[in-house]
Amino acid sequence: MAATPLLELRGVDKSFGPVQVLHDVGLSVYPGEVTALVGDNGAGKSTMVKCISGIYTIDSGTVTFDGREVSIHTPRDASALGIEIVYQDLALCDNLDIVQNMFLGREKTRGIVLDEPTMEQMAGETLASLSVRTVKSLRQLVASLSGGQRQTVAIAKAVLWNSRVVILDEPTAALGVAQTAQVLELVRRLADNGLGVVLISHNMNDVFAVSDRIAALYLGRTAAQVKTTDVTHSQVVELITAGRSGNLGLPPEKPTDFVDITPGDDQ
Amino acid sequence: MSTTTTTTGAGGVKVVKPTFASYLHDYWGRVRGGDIGSLPAILGLVVLCLIFGTARDTFFSAINFANLFSQGAAVIFIAMGLVFVLLLGEIDLSAGFASGVCGATMAIMMIDHGWGWYTAIPAALITGMVIGFVIGFLVSKVGIPSFVVTLAAFLAFQGILLQLLSGGKIVAVRDAFVLSLANENMSVWLSWALGIGSVAVYALVQFIQLRGRAARGLVTQPVGIVLGKIAGMAVLVLVAIALLTGERSINPAIISVKGVPIVAPVIAIFLIIWTFVLGKTTYGRHVYAVGGNTEAARRAGIPVDRIRISVFVIGSFMAAVGGIAAASRQNSVDPSSGGSNVLLYAVGAAVIGGTSLFGGKGRPIDAVIGGAVIAVIDNGMGLMGYSAGTKFVVTGLILLVAASVDALSRRRAAATGTR
Repeated sequence: MAATPLLELRGVDKSFGPVQVLHDVGLSVYPGEVTALVGDNGAGKSTMVKCISGIYTIDSGTVTFDGREVSIHTPRDASALGIEIVYQDLALCDNLDIVQNMFLGREKTRGIVLDEPTMEQMAGETLASLSVRTVKSLRQLVASLSGGQRQTVAIAKAVLWNSRVVILDEPTAALGVAQTAQVLELVRRLADNGLGVVLISHNMNDVFAVSDRIAALYLGRTAAQVKTTDVTHSQVVELITAGRSGNLGLPPEKPTDFVDITPGDDQ
Repeated sequence: MSTTTTTTGAGGVKVVKPTFASYLHDYWGRVRGGDIGSLPAILGLVVLCLIFGTARDTFFSAINFANLFSQGAAVIFIAMGLVFVLLLGEIDLSAGFASGVCGATMAIMMIDHGWGWYTAIPAALITGMVIGFVIGFLVSKVGIPSFVVTLAAFLAFQGILLQLLSGGKIVAVRDAFVLSLANENMSVWLSWALGIGSVAVYALVQFIQLRGRAARGLVTQPVGIVLGKIAGMAVLVLVAIALLTGERSINPAIISVKGVPIVAPVIAIFLIIWTFVLGKTTYGRHVYAVGGNTEAARRAGIPVDRIRISVFVIGSFMAAVGGIAAASRQNSVDPSSGGSNVLLYAVGAAVIGGTSLFGGKGRPIDAVIGGAVIAVIDNGMGLMGYSAGTKFVVTGLILLVAASVDALSRRRAAATGTR
């Protein structure tokens, strides 16, 4: 268990015009641990991830990476730091094979010619380091892979680049039971390899199966950041739905700057 | 290799080293799974040749075989460019008249302005690239569907061609070099040297690739398959050259006609260049990626708009090449150059060859195979004395069959792909 977080967000605010989506949120991602990011729809999970990945820039607050403060303005900044995101809709090209997908946009070349042997070797090594044994050939088209295998390729693509933090957006949402288990095992292995992993999920079983810590968001605020072993299923569900659970979470009063967006009620 | 051996391949991923038999078996599996490539077109080509060959003895004569090249060349060039456009799921309806405009540019520069072929041909090619850039810009930056942009361009270029030819005169092409492109043959000696040389280079490249992969412990194609490919290529090239270097003049005493038509190596050079670009360069990889999943390509940092513009530039550039080939073959440019069936034959060639209309799937060789199918139909039915009307109907039907094969194989791939 590492003492200092690899990636830490503190006091982050983000608004779109008059609508403040993130209020003073924080998140700590430790190397070698899986941090689950939970919250109801609209709680701000996606916005937070997009802030980390550089698609949105934060209004205020600090982002610390590896002990020093950084500013992330573009996706390129994020990948330069070693932050990779695996999106829910995977972003794979069906008409390309596994190796081609893993190196998409960052192909290795020798002169002007693609260096296929090197890419194939690196892809093979990455898959092996994740103990992926289920693909028949690295030259298989992604179209012919199962949902779990596709997720595996997407994750392997993210770790190929010596990344330090991998953020997974609902990786098991579209998968069956066996494939979910496979992907969760892979998520665990990423952390065991020393990466900081953020797992966004709605599924409490998944969260409790692999995560070391849970960060719950409620209406754009950090309700709680707790160790998974310290809480129960129902406490986490309460944190998600009510923002607090017993002595955990946000203070009981309604947020003061609660905005009523009921139509026809202009201020 | 006669037994299946399991080796620990790249980085420890257990891989099954394919044997000759398992490779063929896997290939058949992919075909059944909807990944059929050019197979239907090749089968179709063989069937068509057999039908026409039995119906008319002259079909298999050397002179007719040589004719096929110059008849099909313009369509094949345009179709090669269209493969790039189709790979992105776009369409270029203006390619036919763009070829006419570029051909006219060349002819007018030579006749009216006295330019030599060495400046007139580049002028035509640059005209094509400018046309492609404008179309690509309108499609990617302004966001107009390519169907509409190129439909507008189709009409406009028809008008420009009329204007260039001052309302309809025919401009003759007299430059010996340009005329030789589609009408002359290489010497017998050069034909053999080029043919044997290209087979040797092909074999060398295959073996270097094989050794490079084997040295790194990667899965290699079975040696039997590689040898088979080389042998197949050698037989095809050498038989063709043997046929074409034979005397095919009706009266050899007066004039001797033999050797490979010059246009054949020109087709081969473009085929090699574009196959290399699509298969071996980062640019080509990005074209496939944008065609397969634009959003994924964008997220991977690929400049999607630039790729989209570039395929239209290549498309119209190849249309210009086709226009030059057509002008050379007809010895002239007239207001119908690039009109009539040229565009439809070119799109048909690409699709019949196995390029998908849905984007993401296709190779430059598709244009050559599909172009050969169309040239064979056109030529064979002509020999059998069918009218132009019947030819169009049959070509249309074959295009329809090819498009259905494409659509059905996609459904098949979708059904088997997510097993």
